[in-house]
Amino acid sequence: MAKKQLFSLSVNGEEVDVASPSDATLLETLREDLRVLSPKRGCNQGVCGACTVLVDGVPVRSCLTLTALCEGHDIGTVDGMGEDPILATLQKHMVEKGGVQCGFCTGGMLMSARNLLAETPRPSRDTVKSALSGNICRCTGYRTIVDAVCGAAEELAQ
Amino acid sequence: MTLDTSLLAGTAVGKSVPKTDSAEKVLGRAEYIADMYLPGMLHGAILASPHAHAKIKGYDLTEALAAPGVVAIVTGDDVGEGRMGAFIKDEHAIAKGKVLYVGEPVAAVAARTEAEARRACQLIRVDYEELPAVLSPEAGLEDDAPILHEKLADYIKVFDAGSTGNLCSRTELVEGDVEAAWAECDVIVEGEFTTQPQAHVSIEPCGALATVDPAGRVTLWSANQSVFRVQANVCESLGLPMSQLRSLTPRVGAGFGNKMEPHIQPITVALAMKAKRPVKLILSREEDFEMVRARHPFRVKMKTGAKADGTIVARDCEVLVDCGAFADDSPGVMGYALLMCGGPYRIPNMRAAGQLVYTNKLRFGAFRGFGNPQVLFAGEQQIDELAEKLGMDPFEIRRKNLVASGDTWFVGPQVASCGMDRCLDAVEEAATKPRADGTPRNLGLSITAHISGLLGTGAIVRMLEDGTISLNTGATDIGQGSDTVLAQICAEELKLPFEQVAVASPDTDGSPYNWGTTASRVTYTTGRAVKGAARKVVDQAMAHAAEMLECPVEELELREGGRIGRVGSNSDVTFAQISGRAHWAIGGPIVGSDTLVFDQPTHDPKRAVALGLPFPRIGVFSFAATAVDVDIDQVSGQVSVHEAWTAADVGRAINPQLCEVQLYGGFVQGLGFAVVEEMVWDGARLANPSLMDYKVPTSRDVPDALHAIIVEDPDPTGPFGAKGVGEIGLNPVPGAVANAVAAATGFRHRHLPLTGERVLNGMIRAGTA
Repeated sequence: MAKKQLFSLSVNGEEVDVASPSDATLLETLREDLRVLSPKRGCNQGVCGACTVLVDGVPVRSCLTLTALCEGHDIGTVDGMGEDPILATLQKHMVEKGGVQCGFCTGGMLMSARNLLAETPRPSRDTVKSALSGNICRCTGYRTIVDAVCGAAEELAQ
Repeated sequence: MTLDTSLLAGTAVGKSVPKTDSAEKVLGRAEYIADMYLPGMLHGAILASPHAHAKIKGYDLTEALAAPGVVAIVTGDDVGEGRMGAFIKDEHAIAKGKVLYVGEPVAAVAARTEAEARRACQLIRVDYEELPAVLSPEAGLEDDAPILHEKLADYIKVFDAGSTGNLCSRTELVEGDVEAAWAECDVIVEGEFTTQPQAHVSIEPCGALATVDPAGRVTLWSANQSVFRVQANVCESLGLPMSQLRSLTPRVGAGFGNKMEPHIQPITVALAMKAKRPVKLILSREEDFEMVRARHPFRVKMKTGAKADGTIVARDCEVLVDCGAFADDSPGVMGYALLMCGGPYRIPNMRAAGQLVYTNKLRFGAFRGFGNPQVLFAGEQQIDELAEKLGMDPFEIRRKNLVASGDTWFVGPQVASCGMDRCLDAVEEAATKPRADGTPRNLGLSITAHISGLLGTGAIVRMLEDGTISLNTGATDIGQGSDTVLAQICAEELKLPFEQVAVASPDTDGSPYNWGTTASRVTYTTGRAVKGAARKVVDQAMAHAAEMLECPVEELELREGGRIGRVGSNSDVTFAQISGRAHWAIGGPIVGSDTLVFDQPTHDPKRAVALGLPFPRIGVFSFAATAVDVDIDQVSGQVSVHEAWTAADVGRAINPQLCEVQLYGGFVQGLGFAVVEEMVWDGARLANPSLMDYKVPTSRDVPDALHAIIVEDPDPTGPFGAKGVGEIGLNPVPGAVANAVAAATGFRHRHLPLTGERVLNGMIRAGTA
């Protein structure tokens, strides 16, 4: 097992020093060492998207990202970005439009959607579907999630 | 985030109130099993069998026990002779004496970290003596086949299974005279259909956390669809009294059947007992594929005959079902598939027979649809084949033969409510309109029935001192929204605002029994219990109110907002006043409870012969019709859905939005099953146990135009008329897609999934490529 080393990270705007194995993934560090639990381990292989977090605003698979490469970057997770207006609008529409079922994919889905709306204020339905295509949902059939993201985009553009 | 609370106002049935757990989920604060940590907690990992069939001659744990961080190791030597199982008790907590499939848990380690536990697993030496393996049901039935369960005859069975050799169970249902009926038919179609194994792929893998108190009592949290089935399975397999195990659930990241019966809970408990510390065990995605369960592959031989006017006269259906290594829910799945194999039609002569055969593979078990999608794939294609031969329209031939309210279903169940005709009409009206761009539609149609009901359920409704309500049912909300729907039912019966009903999390220490979140049953059965319990609360509140208002109970009425008043008078008392008083007054605090089991018999012996029927009572019927309009890529053969419609008779939509999401989600999971998903075995080993190699639909694979149409034909026994909706949206999809592909390509496919390669080959053979 790799020896632990100290990493200096910025998580949801807070500077933290955390001891993690030198080969730890960001997902392991967040969950096991910092108890930031909103990123989920769905496949640990970069396919399902449940572990998606924002690094400098860009969605990354935290299960494929080494903690060692995140020093000096801003890490954002769904549970720690409550004041973000884009995210808050997305969250409201997800609740109202029935975009949430079991919820296990929801955090990662919202991270991808948040990045989309930050970059593309009025995306087409097809653009939304493409942007979310790396986040697997097994419950909703995606219909209500796409509705929610489009609804949020519309509200934010007003 | 600010929520629009106006959506929550008022009483509740028929309103699309947001789910009570949605806010915590979008905020990333919902707690799932992997998110739970206890002081001193260890992490577990499992060593899986590399062999499909082998004797375990011994273990060498020396190296593993000496590995860093290791606290305890559990093997088959640590568990008793106890066996668990829903229908046939054939399964130990962990492999004991023998392994029966590649991936079966053989040993488990508890260590300080998951990485240490996983590493130590690889240091365990197991001495195996390999045995020849059974890799198909056909091979399992051969005379000289190796036997998986030598003591099968001694196992406890809950129904007349007819088990022998590798035959786990057999079922045969006969009504009318099929052999004589063929002579009455002007047209007969016959064929053999096969369906593939499908993985559930809940995005949350299975997991459990167990702790043992100093007196030896176990507390167990796990991802599950029934805290009570978990309790029963752990206690049966480990020989614990049920009073010594408390089973609970955090939020569950979906189930689809995978989390209904046990997965790793017995192993986690055994580890915690041995380590004398809390142990959490979370499966990897690969383990979740290889160790737990999957949808049964079916081989279906079907023959259907009709008169020249399209009246269906007879159907014969024979299924051969791969059970995998343990019975699990398989006898139920096969029995249910046979009960449903006629589809929602009046067919006077039917024979349905099946054999369920043990093989050295992962157990197959409950998966949304429970055998119905497999037989419908055959049955709904044969309806279209009859229509083709008779020159009839697919809508017309179905309409001519539809089941209706008051009919008797195959072998005896009564159909008390039936909106099948309205589902078919709604889909026809929507789907037969031309495409917006004028290109021709490639339509495929499939219709289905599904039950909701089955076993024990209960509810306890307590009025708290301030007049608000605590509702406790023991039903696990796996994300579909049953907590919300049950609160809506409770609020409606009490005429209270929805937000005044709090739903307790399932806990075997405090909740009334609930068989599980399965069989599309929670809204219907648990809803009935909730309504019954809430009614008792009203009765008790009325008795107190009568004393407070000094009038007979008969003169009182329940008013909106939790008040009881005298008819024709403005004077009334609030639930808060009533309950506050009740905590001191004779009669006591207000608690209503109700329990039930669905009470109508499945089998009418005067009507039909039934052998090996696993469900003596089954449930009420929901109905659905699905039409799909597909596009076929002329180069790759790949099928994509341009537009799809599902109309479902749900009795009464307690929460219309949640019903619609069930239909959307069921459609897409069914679409995955129809066109892409397949677990592939390379010999005895599952070749694609990862999301890299096992593809499920993404947001880009689903049609934008996906329509859910709610039809309401209230059931007289349902809470406010409600019936189930959980599975019915998936059932018809493979049949509808196959019918659409046949319409588009001229080639009829009898094997799932309809991959691009298969469809292209079909087009070449039909000369339409």
